[in-house]
Amino acid sequence: MKMNFSAIIIAVAVVGGVGLFLGIFLGIASIVFKVDVDEREEAVLGVLPGNNCGGCGFPGCSGLAAAIAKGEAAVNACPVGGEAVGKKVAAIMGVEAGETVRMTAFVKCAGDCNKTTQNYAYTGVEDCSMVKYVPDGGAKSCNYGCLGYGNCVKACPFGAISVQNGIAVVDKEKCKACGKCIAACPKGLIELIPYNAKTVVACSSKDKGPVTMKACQSGCIGCSLCVKVCPEGAITVTDFHAHIDQSKCMGCGACKEKCPKKAIQDFAS
Amino acid sequence: MFDVVKDLLVLLIGSSLVSNVVLSQFLGLCPFLGVSKKVDTAVGMGGAVIFVITLASAVAAVIYRVILVPFDITYLQTIVFILVIAALVQFVEMFLKKYVPSLYQALGVYLPLITTNCAVLGIALTNVQKNYGIGFSIVSGFSTAVGFLIAIVILAGIREKIAYNDVPESFQGMPIVLITAGLMAIAFCGFSGLL
Repeated sequence: MKMNFSAIIIAVAVVGGVGLFLGIFLGIASIVFKVDVDEREEAVLGVLPGNNCGGCGFPGCSGLAAAIAKGEAAVNACPVGGEAVGKKVAAIMGVEAGETVRMTAFVKCAGDCNKTTQNYAYTGVEDCSMVKYVPDGGAKSCNYGCLGYGNCVKACPFGAISVQNGIAVVDKEKCKACGKCIAACPKGLIELIPYNAKTVVACSSKDKGPVTMKACQSGCIGCSLCVKVCPEGAITVTDFHAHIDQSKCMGCGACKEKCPKKAIQDFAS
Repeated sequence: MFDVVKDLLVLLIGSSLVSNVVLSQFLGLCPFLGVSKKVDTAVGMGGAVIFVITLASAVAAVIYRVILVPFDITYLQTIVFILVIAALVQFVEMFLKKYVPSLYQALGVYLPLITTNCAVLGIALTNVQKNYGIGFSIVSGFSTAVGFLIAIVILAGIREKIAYNDVPESFQGMPIVLITAGLMAIAFCGFSGLL
């Protein structure tokens, strides 16, 4: 068999030539089209958690890294990394990191299956944002309570939320305070509070006292006894339910003792 | 003149609907299934695919005419096209990053993903097989990519609705998506009488 060497050589030359040309071309292009990246930006990106949760308000970790490098965001702006990451970023940027308070999500509802009733048997789509639009905002006796279909559970990138006995519960050890669940809850029940908060109001009902009283055994009826008993003036009652300003709360527990419905609870779990 | 316009129109409808790249040629299934969870991302991917396939068809056609045919080495088309398309995507990415950062941000991660999209290579090879000229190759590439956009956006829309459905456990995730894609392919068979 006679081999056609010239065909082989031409094939090698052409493919090799094309490859070589493209390689040189790309090499030159990478120099010509070089975008100056702040090297601190990449270093910052390296220490950020990298799960792109968006809890900082920027589009992903690279967005925050760019903003930090430009000085548009604080060095401790990452809510997930908290103090540890804040210190590392501060070291890269050469500035002092301020104190950060570790936050955690809290579901302002304690109306589980024992404390509330079902007005009717609901058999539709199991999704909070859909259930919100069925009559009475869901079958639960309280119109403002947690629906328990777990939109927040699906939204949580850290697996920190579970539905227990009909209401969502946040595991505060796993919670990174990214705020995804806050956006996912159609009832607006979830709030970020300090990790070491002592006392919380586990109700968001905007119904008047008698209505709430019928709907839930531990619903806040807006009686304002807690407001009067609080030595720090940390509690306000708006829309017929109490709210504690955690920056003022000393955790004395006086409100918890006074609350007739036990809607104010220790923030333990 | 009229004949050319008519041919182009037939090519446009033919490759975007009748022989849809995903649903009847089964090319580019990876991004079709992978990035069709939300309509927004599907549109982003579809846009990036249109951009790259149109460009790659043009470049591949030129390379074929100028280099492969004169040297009589058309049997090397596959490997040369892979080389050229990969380099082209890299170059486009660099170019966009420097001069059109907004488009670069919009296309995001999809642009490098397309480097390995078999639809891009498939179209370049089909164009050569059908002996299209450079102009026809560009139109063929563009309309095929439009077909990809149509298919991926429809699937993403259906998947957004499926998310609310009570799918049996054994069908959850990819199985129901593949069944959906199969039903879409059957539906697209209806276009076969169009031309």
